[in-house]
Amino acid sequence: MDIHEYQAKQLISKFGVQVPVGEVIYQPHEAVTVASWLNEDDVVVKCQIHAGGRGRAGGIKICKGQEEIIAEVDRMIGMKLVTPQTGPEGKIVSRVYIEKAYNIKSELYFCITIDRETGGNTIIASKKGGVNIEEVAEKSPQDIFKVKLGPGNKLLLHHARTISYELGLKGKIARAAQKNFIALYEAFTNLDSSLLEVNPFVVTDKEEVVAVDCKASFDDNALYRQRQVAEMKDDNEYDPLELEAARHDLNYVKLDGDIGLMVNGAGLSMATMDIIKFYGGKAANFMDVAGAATPERVAAAFKLIYRDKDVEGILINIFGGMMRCNDIAQGLVDAAKDVGLNKPLVVRLEGTNVEMGMEILKSSGFPITPVPTMDQAAREIVQLVKKK
Amino acid sequence: MAVLITKETKIICQGFTGAQGTFHSERAIAYNTNLVGGVTPDKGGMTHLDLPVFNTIAEAKKVTNCNASGVFVPPPFAADAILEGVEAELDLIVCITDGIPTSDMQRVRREMKGSKTRLVGPNCPGVLTPGVGKIGIIPGHICKPGRIGVVSRSGTLSYESAVQTSELGQSTIIGIGGDPVNGTNFVDALELFLDDPDTDGIVLIGEIGGTAEVDGADFIKSWGKKISKPVAGFVAGAAAPKGKKLGHAGAIVSSGDETADAKKEALKSAGVIVAETITTIGDAMRKAMEKK
Repeated sequence: MDIHEYQAKQLISKFGVQVPVGEVIYQPHEAVTVASWLNEDDVVVKCQIHAGGRGRAGGIKICKGQEEIIAEVDRMIGMKLVTPQTGPEGKIVSRVYIEKAYNIKSELYFCITIDRETGGNTIIASKKGGVNIEEVAEKSPQDIFKVKLGPGNKLLLHHARTISYELGLKGKIARAAQKNFIALYEAFTNLDSSLLEVNPFVVTDKEEVVAVDCKASFDDNALYRQRQVAEMKDDNEYDPLELEAARHDLNYVKLDGDIGLMVNGAGLSMATMDIIKFYGGKAANFMDVAGAATPERVAAAFKLIYRDKDVEGILINIFGGMMRCNDIAQGLVDAAKDVGLNKPLVVRLEGTNVEMGMEILKSSGFPITPVPTMDQAAREIVQLVKKK
Repeated sequence: MAVLITKETKIICQGFTGAQGTFHSERAIAYNTNLVGGVTPDKGGMTHLDLPVFNTIAEAKKVTNCNASGVFVPPPFAADAILEGVEAELDLIVCITDGIPTSDMQRVRREMKGSKTRLVGPNCPGVLTPGVGKIGIIPGHICKPGRIGVVSRSGTLSYESAVQTSELGQSTIIGIGGDPVNGTNFVDALELFLDDPDTDGIVLIGEIGGTAEVDGADFIKSWGKKISKPVAGFVAGAAAPKGKKLGHAGAIVSSGDETADAKKEALKSAGVIVAETITTIGDAMRKAMEKK
């Protein structure tokens, strides 16, 4: 799960990471109060959306004085912000963060992620902060410094010292950076985070080190014991169909194609997206009917995909050892009746009672094409959708 | 002989009396698996599915001499269940549970350092040796005894692979699971199959996220001419967009070397015959066998 920048800063500041004073607002008129409360000459006004690249897209502005702040906030709230990470459709801004601005001497990059290879964590740091780190890694890999910590290990002072020296920091600034690094690592492990990226930590003219931007992701599997994180979920950042799917415990991700998919198993679902691409089509979604593929779950999943207006045809690919295909087929036909199915539907079922299942689908009177193999299913649905 | 599960393996089920544990233990028994009992805290002394229930693994081991377990314990308690088996020095623990917090698995990884126990999973379909027995949820009837070793991150894709290699049959099917931090990895499984005299060829099924497939490819590259086995592979997620988690906690592309294409290239460069779609993995395996 991802959270907003301002929420991430709230969380890491509790562990001792230094962040700018600031406040989030939802309504333009709140800007006056916040601006006078902050009482700073320079502030930064930042659109809060779950996507990077906000600065270049006009989603972050430095303002002087109340009038400028109010004008910027007025422009931002409700605007559609398009960045390289939002896709062309962009995201509507409903929250804006206003915080103290600093006189910046230099910018650093610092990031903690899970190291899948060692089972520990990896820290990535660079003295070239404030820019796209992937570009730094490509153009000047010598400026990227990595520290690997074994599973369960803490970030100790000597690690933090090493990193600060690698970043070229000295004296008071180095010590401030070390404190921030250790605090951020504590936040990472204590909050079941999967990514904490501060880009940048700024070194100010007063020799402070401050986290002025923070991206945070958390382990979904640990949210049951991280309630303060779980409560930060912003439903506006999700596709409504994804929220609906989550309520039914279905693994669903909206994609930008036109062939709706319903599959059991995450691997098979990905492989089904792949084979559709292989035959020249494009999947409208990833869908793993997680757990048991019961007729009820299959019907709920089917209705969900059917509601997606981008879907021109549907492919169902169920491979189950234990389930009975006749039950699944009946569940599908019932769901087809409910929605008044008028889009092509190709079904591949494998399991027990396959013949009975196929017969139920064939004699349903709906535009359903049962096929025996996954390969044929993919070719069939791609053709049917192209014909439309 | 095959790997991991042989006729001599004595298996217990952790979370035995729960719904999942019961359902899949029934099927394991029907598959003639050497299941010798189960563990459910506070239910020790009971009999379940005609087998003894124990409070702890230590007790179970004392009575049954079990050396392997299948974990069907809910996510908040699963890491602890694994570590109980590690402390009891079981040879093999197969954890089926999906949804264990990553930091719990990091702790397991730390505690298992230097341990002789092998962990398979979590978030995996388990291990099955056709005709001998199974731990986990792989349907027995789709597997046939034979000489192909299957290792897969995805459950359903290991089933597809089993069905497509029916005429060759399988020595053992190992589902290593879809979590970012797990036990047995591709390199470990490849090592097992390489050393196994009953395995002639290997199917490797990967997916997006992480670099375990690339490590596997590097390991295959290191094989000499004398000790080598044909490998066929598939990597799911060629159509996956960057930064979206697709079902498995570990199936997410965060950087360029974690894409399906990058992994396929790595496998190809190691001499693996790579199937472009999962529906041709059987053909790829046959082609790899002929090439040898």
